[in-house]
Amino acid sequence: MRNPQLNEKGELQHLLTIEGLPRETITHILDTATSFVGVTAREVKKVPLLRGKSVFNLFFENSTRTRTTFEIAAKRLSADVINLNIAVSSHAKGETLLDTVDNLSAMHADMFVVRHAESGAPHLIASHVASHLHVVNAGDGRHAHPTQGLLDLYTIRHFKKDFTRLSVAIVGDVLHSRVARSLIHALTIMGTPDLRVIGPMTLIPAGAEKLGVKVYYDLAQGLRDVDVVVMLRLQSERMRGALLPSAQEFFKYYGLTPEKLALAKPDAIVMHPGPLNRGVEIDSAVADGSHAVILSQVTFGIAVRMAVMSILAGN
Amino acid sequence: MKIHIKNGRLIDPGNDIDAQADLYVAAGKIAAVGTEPRGFSANRTINATGLVVCPGLIDLSARLREPGLEYKATLESELLAAAAGGVTSLACPPDTEPPLDEPGLVEMLKHRAKTLNLAHVYPIGALTVGLAGEQLTEMAELRDAGCVGFSHADVPLLDSQVLWRALQYASTFGFCVWLRPQDAYLSKDGVAHDGEVATRLGLAGIPAFAETIAIATIVELMRATGARVHLCRLSTRDGVEMVRAAKRDGLPISCDVGIHHAHLSEMDLAYFDAHCYLKPPLRSARDRDALRQGLMDGTIDAFCSDHAPVDEDSKLLPFAESEAGATGLELLLPLALKWAMEMKVPLSKAIARITREPARILGVDAGHLSVGHTADICVFDAEHYAKLSATALKSQGKNTPFLGIDLPGKVRYTLLQGQVVYEAGNA
Amino acid sequence: MTIVLPDPEALCEELVQQLRPHVTPDTALVGIHTGGVYLAERLHAALGVAVPLGVLDISFYRDDFDKTGLHPQIKPSKIPFEVAGRHIILVDDVLYTGRTVRGAMHELFDYGRPASISLAVLIDRGGRELPVAAQFIGARLEVPSDHMLVLDRYENGKLRLKFDA
Repeated sequence: MRNPQLNEKGELQHLLTIEGLPRETITHILDTATSFVGVTAREVKKVPLLRGKSVFNLFFENSTRTRTTFEIAAKRLSADVINLNIAVSSHAKGETLLDTVDNLSAMHADMFVVRHAESGAPHLIASHVASHLHVVNAGDGRHAHPTQGLLDLYTIRHFKKDFTRLSVAIVGDVLHSRVARSLIHALTIMGTPDLRVIGPMTLIPAGAEKLGVKVYYDLAQGLRDVDVVVMLRLQSERMRGALLPSAQEFFKYYGLTPEKLALAKPDAIVMHPGPLNRGVEIDSAVADGSHAVILSQVTFGIAVRMAVMSILAGN
Repeated sequence: MKIHIKNGRLIDPGNDIDAQADLYVAAGKIAAVGTEPRGFSANRTINATGLVVCPGLIDLSARLREPGLEYKATLESELLAAAAGGVTSLACPPDTEPPLDEPGLVEMLKHRAKTLNLAHVYPIGALTVGLAGEQLTEMAELRDAGCVGFSHADVPLLDSQVLWRALQYASTFGFCVWLRPQDAYLSKDGVAHDGEVATRLGLAGIPAFAETIAIATIVELMRATGARVHLCRLSTRDGVEMVRAAKRDGLPISCDVGIHHAHLSEMDLAYFDAHCYLKPPLRSARDRDALRQGLMDGTIDAFCSDHAPVDEDSKLLPFAESEAGATGLELLLPLALKWAMEMKVPLSKAIARITREPARILGVDAGHLSVGHTADICVFDAEHYAKLSATALKSQGKNTPFLGIDLPGKVRYTLLQGQVVYEAGNA
Repeated sequence: MTIVLPDPEALCEELVQQLRPHVTPDTALVGIHTGGVYLAERLHAALGVAVPLGVLDISFYRDDFDKTGLHPQIKPSKIPFEVAGRHIILVDDVLYTGRTVRGAMHELFDYGRPASISLAVLIDRGGRELPVAAQFIGARLEVPSDHMLVLDRYENGKLRLKFDA
């Protein structure tokens, strides 16, 4: 079966997941993003690359933040951006996912940026749309969030240069995290030798080791001598079921405090996909401290999304 | 009508026959095997040279979608599919709309099926009213209306006390209870085997122990009640082992496996292929191998199509939102043959798993070609390989992960009570 | 047909002579990737230009993006001076259709409004598709339209003209 992300020439047609991407493709995206970082620092932050193209932000799950970053990226490429918050419109009226997509395709869309609560929804759309269309996965269920994975990768490369000597720890709700899955695939492809996930057993998915990570249930052990700490967002609804007793207890054992961070390397960086839950997964002293590169992630995120969109649109 | 089926290879596991032998059919019954009865003059001769002649196949679970779900399939479309698949008897689970929990519904279904006269339909009655898991159905009444067993289909039965009572009550009358072993809470929200693939794809998992824990409960309740139980759609290696142990202990337990689970594993989900969304979920390759082995040594009694025609729209959804199930009636024979060839076992062994054994589980006198017995017959070409295409399927459901795959076995003729109800074109 | 290519070192010297009278303390040089940057670096040094050298990769401004997609190796543009009000000399290796120069001017304007832009090229091979002209030209050369002429640089820093596939 052909990788559904690639066209018949083997070029990237859609970005659905980082899993299975060639290392060169990832490097190309990161290198291109470097050029866009320069663009976004200019007086005029726009390039005419996608002039006349229509990018549809199809958000079946609300996320103002992610939608905004894609919107900014598309606008800086001079594309026309149409935002559709489908969580509250047609979906409620019983229109199926593919009906919606067909309708928008008929409005001459060139690219769909898709966010959906169900894993695999962007794959379904990509397999259905006409061949000139491009689909960017902006997060599907627990499955993947490839642009986040790429911007995390960009951030790590920016601060740490070489992926092949790093220890990276991903902390928190790995079970529900598409961010964790995408970053794990990304770092594995780039040759990072020491990848760790840290969390209580209830938040670590079955067979996590098969993804190429070491599982730690103890934060102090897992953080020892790492170069990069990636804190995951803990959704408040996780506290309602039997996954965790309370935010307080979670913070006590898995929250990142300055004391815990001191176990990592002295020059370790701390990342977080945002939005932050201060006092749940991360202490304010860490979030606002000198190790945190969380705002750099946001800035790089725009450039990485510009790179992804322009590479796809050109293929 | 007198039919002479000549020059075929007769495989009748019920009578331990696997030999070149002619079959003579008269008045809906097997008139003779091997030698022509005196004064027999055939109205029709079927040339079965190079073909296998066997009892009509028996499928332990085929959803016909009537009553209530006719947009997915109708009795007529699915019984035509059965005939095209060589299936002459089938059990249908009670998860219709409304569920088969009243004698009237069962009689209606039996009547509709009889009118169509394409296959014998054996309804499995609902174990509880409305499959709501609270109140027992009138099992004896339902039996009189035509139910051959009672089940909860794929609907969770949460209350173990209700299950206990249901088994006690069924045991009182000697009824067989059909259960798909899966702990409702452990499988809550799950859509895929809790393992490597579900983790990679970000799908909610159903752990293997959701099955084994349910089997443990059922086995203990069997010991307590003496009830006969048929376990539907085993999916795990440990489950097979538990059934093996229960059989060794002499418990009245039987079990089947879905044709898909004997061939596919979680890896076949590939990129969210909704055709591989099945209940129970496709499990690891190790589990699949154990199921194949269980069929070999008889721990698993029967192959079952678990036929579930689903309309295309219900599959064109994100994996977890799509409807589970695969069309199966026309794949029962091909996939049983494929198993036999891959496991290098005699054809007769595969045929026993889709004739003699399911008949025994149903408790009906079928699945063999004894003289004087009803002439339900399947004539097929075991050597014929063809790529499965949606257009070739008679079922209204075209939902199968095997589309485009080369499969062995083509049914040439299906006879029901001595009448040809299906005859393949010369394509 | 064999085309005798001129020696770029000589042409470079020729350009230095042409440019020298026009360079003021305020003049800025901007090279266009890749050959234009090789040339601009030489001119920048030879002319002793005070303002740091600017470089442009016009990949984001190409008008054939729809046909060819994004260039596989993009180098960041760097304009280390204030563009607004500046006299800028744009430097490229070969002037052909004029589309690259159009893209470069577009990009420059996204940094600010320069006082003037002039164009210096090593080779003008004709074949313009846009109303673009160079003020400073090393040499004019006729090249068949199916040939791609570019400036390359040896390890030792010496320049050479070559045909690309």
